[in-house]
Amino acid sequence: MALATGKSAYLQGVRDGMPFLLVAVPFAALFGVSAVEAGLSIGQAMGFSVLVIAGASQFAALQMIVDNAGVALTLLAALAVNLRMAMYSASLVPYLGEAPLWKRACVSYLLFDQSYVAAVARYEADGTMRLRDRVAFFFGVATPIAPTWVLATLAGALLGARIPDAAALDFALPITFIAMVGPMLRTLAHVAAALVSVVVGLALVGLPSGTGLLIAAACAMAAGVIVEGKQT
Amino acid sequence: MTDAVIWTVILALGVGTFLIRFSFLGLIGTRPMPPLVLRLLRYTPVAVLPGLVAPLVVWPAATGGTLDPARLCAAAVALVVGLWTRSVIPAVLAGFATLYLGLWLTGAF
Repeated sequence: MALATGKSAYLQGVRDGMPFLLVAVPFAALFGVSAVEAGLSIGQAMGFSVLVIAGASQFAALQMIVDNAGVALTLLAALAVNLRMAMYSASLVPYLGEAPLWKRACVSYLLFDQSYVAAVARYEADGTMRLRDRVAFFFGVATPIAPTWVLATLAGALLGARIPDAAALDFALPITFIAMVGPMLRTLAHVAAALVSVVVGLALVGLPSGTGLLIAAACAMAAGVIVEGKQT
Repeated sequence: MTDAVIWTVILALGVGTFLIRFSFLGLIGTRPMPPLVLRLLRYTPVAVLPGLVAPLVVWPAATGGTLDPARLCAAAVALVVGLWTRSVIPAVLAGFATLYLGLWLTGAF
């Protein structure tokens, strides 16, 4: 029975991960195109998508390489964009913290926006899930997304500039993230957090890449807790 | 940058990104977290994603950073449809439909 539930949790994860292919494909293809246009080899474009596997920071690094910013600044900017994942990591500890270390390491490698959002949504909705099922679900979500991410990068790098600018793929990321946030706004506290995040994020956009976002996220999390406290 | 330097960036970024992702999951493991921290963390996704997206909507790189009605409308529609249907896919599709309609109406197609 335990094996059966583990398997169904995995399949449930695969199903929950599928919709994100709509995002992963254009976004990764766009990265492949941009990388080759910036003068990187196809191997280097693939290296980014396999080893870093974090879209926004890959674009940030690419931009810095194009600007000839130097290794240190490039790394700083791209890693700052990924600092939000430390918060994802922390927020998964209550759900996955007791899993074996190697499983936690695999989860960490596959911890991107989409897998995180899908997993937390499921864990919150189903409080009775067992640890093994939670882990299986997480790997299920990542199963369609991660290979597609790599293959779509390759497709983009090979197709190169043949995808027209008019396809406006630059906006695939914003539309998807907004579409992910809409269903999450379940309570007034969540709405307050989102609003604070937007306002502070916009106000601090002039700060070095990623820094403003970290401050905005911290303020927004505090806002969520404060509003939650006022309601109870 | 030379090929070797670019590969250095890729490898270092790969390792650094993994360490960020592994930070709490790897270090804290089974140790319990304080209740306040847990409550703060509940708001992580809604605290991060809107702040990440807002500048991309208001100052899109594709238009050189000037406000674009088509992209603004697409963002609004994606949000409203997501709130209304409580699911991601219809919101993405509606957002893209609005974006292409808007780009076509404003003659950017």
